[in-house]
Amino acid sequence: MTVTSTTRIPVSGITKHIGALGKAREFGILIALVLVIFAATAKNPMFLFSSDGWRDLLLTPSILALVAIGQAIVMITRNVDLSVGSVMGLSAYLTGRLFIDFPSLPIPVVVVLAVLFGALLGLINGALVAFARVPAMVITLGTLYAYRGINVMWAGSTRVNASDMPKDFLALGTGQILTIPILTIVALVVLAAAAWYMRNTRGGREYYAIGSDPAAAELYGLKTTRRVLTAFILSGALAGLAGVFYAARYGSVSSQAGAGWELDAVGAAVIGGVAITGGVGSVWGAALGAMLLMTINRALPILGIPDFWQRAVVGVLIIGAIVLDRWLAVRQRRQLIEARDQS
Amino acid sequence: MTTATTSTNRVARDFEKPLWRRVFLTREFAIVGLLIFVVLISAATVRGFSQPITLNYLLLDIAPILLIALPMTLIMITGEIDLSVGSMVGLASVVTGAGVHLGLPFEVAALLALLVGVIGGAFNGFLVTVVGLPSLAVTIGTLALFRGLAVGLLGTTAVTSFPEAWTSLAKAKIAGTTIPYIVVPFLILLAIFVIVLHFTPFGRGIYAIGLSKDAARFSGVRVERTKFILFVLAGLVSAFAGIYYTLRFGSARGDNATGLELQVIAAVVLGGVSVFGGRGQLYGVVAAALLIGVLSSALRLANVTSDVINVITGVLLVLSVVSASVLAWFQKARRRPSRPPRVAASTAS
Repeated sequence: MTVTSTTRIPVSGITKHIGALGKAREFGILIALVLVIFAATAKNPMFLFSSDGWRDLLLTPSILALVAIGQAIVMITRNVDLSVGSVMGLSAYLTGRLFIDFPSLPIPVVVVLAVLFGALLGLINGALVAFARVPAMVITLGTLYAYRGINVMWAGSTRVNASDMPKDFLALGTGQILTIPILTIVALVVLAAAAWYMRNTRGGREYYAIGSDPAAAELYGLKTTRRVLTAFILSGALAGLAGVFYAARYGSVSSQAGAGWELDAVGAAVIGGVAITGGVGSVWGAALGAMLLMTINRALPILGIPDFWQRAVVGVLIIGAIVLDRWLAVRQRRQLIEARDQS
Repeated sequence: MTTATTSTNRVARDFEKPLWRRVFLTREFAIVGLLIFVVLISAATVRGFSQPITLNYLLLDIAPILLIALPMTLIMITGEIDLSVGSMVGLASVVTGAGVHLGLPFEVAALLALLVGVIGGAFNGFLVTVVGLPSLAVTIGTLALFRGLAVGLLGTTAVTSFPEAWTSLAKAKIAGTTIPYIVVPFLILLAIFVIVLHFTPFGRGIYAIGLSKDAARFSGVRVERTKFILFVLAGLVSAFAGIYYTLRFGSARGDNATGLELQVIAAVVLGGVSVFGGRGQLYGVVAAALLIGVLSSALRLANVTSDVINVITGVLLVLSVVSASVLAWFQKARRRPSRPPRVAASTAS
């Protein structure tokens, strides 16, 4: 008994330390976010202290955050979903189309249909990945093209305009409760639910197990196929919800809606500390990453930097984040080895 | 560990097969066959496809894909990936344009662009090999970074004043044919890459790294150096493609060749290169790039929009990777017509 307790003391100390590091990872992004907001507000108080500024600060990242949450879940299982931008665009167009073609449909039904449609597209991705055992990158690269192509075939050069959608629906995109935009509240609820699921449920923990070592997870008897399938369905459904948000927020959907968002979503997750090699990260981090990306985008012109440089800043951020992750991992391993040698 | 084991099994299995099966029953051969089939069908059914000018446009269009697919094939055989190539094309285009705009002679500006390509590739290579980061993450970062530099340097302006001699050379046809001159540097590069990949220890090392990095290292392959060189090559060739792109359209813009990386990777994967590394042939990739080009020019001549072409590219890509699993599943099902009761499965779950 005493022996085990003496050996366990340093171990629990280390786990605490690792926990602190994990917190520090997301904490760092939060600091960066606060710094950006602070700098932009110092230069122009309207950035934060005006009703428009405050609303945009919360509203703009909400859509990307949803996509990034789904992307994070998929990436934690050591896969990647490059088709999210196309799924989002298709769902956004479907939302508009449903309002035009079936004006009698209630708004909640349209929202549910668009989310289900996204989930269906995610299911196709997941089924191809899970059953054919082909790398997700290749499959979702293929569906990125296919879904976008279907969108363009369907929409052509037409677009859904604000006048085609009911006022109540558009009010969702701009409405606020206690100065907090409704879409942001929905995104926060989704984020909290996803974070709770990933952290506290058996299913959520299994995603991490699968991502850390797929072969070991399989040997252990985890239902890898089902989990990977679920991850893709979740990612598709969240992209579908993001499509609904997109339609509500911008009121105008063309066939190119969401083009290129896949890289922003992967970027947000990577900046937020989700490792592309699976098993590491949190949906909180991904959402914070999305918030940082979008906030920097808005802050650059205010700080006197032309927004042409936005992508370069994003690139530096992504590279910085992964280098930092690598550095933390190396340090942690060194500390673990030291602790082992001491015990 | 598992990938290494399955790969070695696969290699062993491959060598048990008779030679004809190893040559003809491969993905590469299937793609070549599909290419010939599509060419014949298009020539028979699409009006105007069999005109020689079709070949001209086709090659002019896919030249950047063909060029960049060469180093990309080698990178992907080692199990890595470079997503930043499209952005590098844009950056090289902008550097060329900005150089000319500032009064440099075109040749100097182009050399500067090639240098930027080498530096960009070395940056990718440094982060992947020295810092030890996954190439997918690194090159998503540099995809944004290089594009950001390109767009940031020129903003929305486009440089369009290039020496007439050079712009016409980019579109010029080889005397007596409709084949554009860009084919010449491509064929030279292709020959170099084939020789390097198949006839040098360096090339064998590339396959070895993809099959098992550790085994390759223990057998004396300089894994890091090899990968670094490949990333530099990808940067250099992308920069060359960027200069060609600029001359062909006579315009240097920050958003030139956006999304090209996806087309290149689609061609490489369709051509039979495994994303896990260790497997792939250059001729399969060249055939796949040509197949994509032929499909899009035939469909365009048949008045099909480019969106349908995108759908077809995507579906083709998915089908080509899924087909192997489906075939394997069928073979397994055929070998065991009557399934034994699934006792093992029920106890496992």
